[in-house]
Amino acid sequence: MSLRAVYVVWLRELIKFWREKARIVTSLVQPAVWLFVMGKGLSGFVHLHGPFSGSYTAFMLPGVMGMTVLFASIFSSVSIIWDRDFGFLKEMLVAPAPRSALVFGKILSGATVAMIQGTLVLVFSPFVGVQLSFTGVLEAMGTMFLLSLSLSGLGIAVATRMTSMQGFQLVMNFLLMPMYFLSGAIYPLQGLPTWMSVIARIDPLAYGVDALKWALIRFHQFSLSVDYAVLVGLAVVFTLIATSLFKMEG
Amino acid sequence: MTNRVMIEARGLVKRYGDFTAVKEIDLEVKEGEIFGFLGPNGAGKSTTIKMLTTISRLTDGLARVAGHDVTRETDEVRSSLGIVFQDPTLDIGLTAWENLYLHGLLYGLSRTEIRERADAVLAMMELQERRKDLVKTFSGGMKRRLEIARGLMHRPKVLFLDEPTVGLDPQTRARIWDYVKSLRDENGLTIFMTTHYMDEAEHCDRIAIMDQGEIIALDTPDNLKRSVGNDVITLQTADDAQAIAALSSNFSITARSVQGGVQFDAEDGETFLPQLLARNLFHVTSLNLRKPTLDDVFMLLTGRTIREEDLGARDQMREAFRQRGNRR
Repeated sequence: MSLRAVYVVWLRELIKFWREKARIVTSLVQPAVWLFVMGKGLSGFVHLHGPFSGSYTAFMLPGVMGMTVLFASIFSSVSIIWDRDFGFLKEMLVAPAPRSALVFGKILSGATVAMIQGTLVLVFSPFVGVQLSFTGVLEAMGTMFLLSLSLSGLGIAVATRMTSMQGFQLVMNFLLMPMYFLSGAIYPLQGLPTWMSVIARIDPLAYGVDALKWALIRFHQFSLSVDYAVLVGLAVVFTLIATSLFKMEG
Repeated sequence: MTNRVMIEARGLVKRYGDFTAVKEIDLEVKEGEIFGFLGPNGAGKSTTIKMLTTISRLTDGLARVAGHDVTRETDEVRSSLGIVFQDPTLDIGLTAWENLYLHGLLYGLSRTEIRERADAVLAMMELQERRKDLVKTFSGGMKRRLEIARGLMHRPKVLFLDEPTVGLDPQTRARIWDYVKSLRDENGLTIFMTTHYMDEAEHCDRIAIMDQGEIIALDTPDNLKRSVGNDVITLQTADDAQAIAALSSNFSITARSVQGGVQFDAEDGETFLPQLLARNLFHVTSLNLRKPTLDDVFMLLTGRTIREEDLGARDQMREAFRQRGNRR
């Protein structure tokens, strides 16, 4: 019964995602802006030192995918506030299903949608000089799914404590942008001031981006086993936190 | 109506911090009964429904729905009840059919069962033709009907309706009432509803009047109205003085002269008036019989009318949202 409930929540989100095909296309606008407006513009100035020999835009591609996953995950968890304000959550809450099933369903659907959106960013790879391999793409998709599990869990945990959309907007600005900038998405995490590297070390996105870079451009700064250990660990921890916070509601 | 108790509450209490929203409520609703919960906004009606439907925990007391304890047998209670909330809880980004389909899955129905029942409830609520349309294109009345349809998909034993007709036009309200009554008559469904429309409460078999977290009266609508006092009859006659004298000598009724005629109280106006007219004691040019209303009952019990209560900020938002949602 509860697996079914997880499936129902997941299915609902995917039907809606599929219905809003326009959203799927517009979700590519932001990555395109980062890759082509920011990336191409900066590539004349940026000279990457060290082991990575590709172009700056190639370096950015996995990072921009990480960003896409970050935003997609957080947006899907915001929908739990939307559901609460517009009542649909209640329909779920009176159903014969545990509340945790609802949270799992939300996190899984968030991760599925984020993975799809992140994978779509790969359409830009020929234009930024990244050669795709089949296993590389699979690895990237797995990484994005895992990354999104933890980010969606984090998003729901924050969302359950929020009483309004405005509050969430605030969190987004204070949390998401720094998370993105300090993830190694747009510059390598080396030679940074100590405070920045400390923050980067506690940024979940940094580990996802690192693993994505390895999958797609064979470049990494942390050890891969650390990347995956952190991602799995955070996915478990944030899911548990989200579930217990959500259960406390009402 | 059978003798089986479908909803039972004993000493039900809900406290939010220092504020007690529901103060030791007792009630019992029988199978096949339409039970109305009447009271102004903020009286504790919705809070009580939330506790009975397992959404909100009881601070104290005991409640059973369809024979199951709401605290310990949550899933059993949830499977045996259907709810139509005060605020719309449909997913407007999905079609009518998808809303029903997901609901069916959530309640553990098989795909064949879902198909059959969705067809049946859509037909009953006269929504078959709109099944593939997105709910956001529905009118307020259609949405409400779809919510009721969805609430019936899993064949609940008890249907909770929280202000089911708020914000709907009179025709739609009347239709929803027809549906509700046929559900009770044909399926023996027990219906527990809240309303702050007095005229709607008349449809209920029994009514509990709630105010400030307490049930201040609980009886059939007729008995409640009778408790207020007698019917008031006003007559226009050719000769008021003669009429007053005749009433006094023939029925020992003390009538008073008011503007527009002669006025007096009668215990049962409907049977008294034909008797009076049959005797042809004086010429009556027009008559008016006013029965006590539930408004009078509420007024007598609380000293306020039910509509006097201002809408709180949240209610205003809700109304605004509802109207926005209904416009299309």
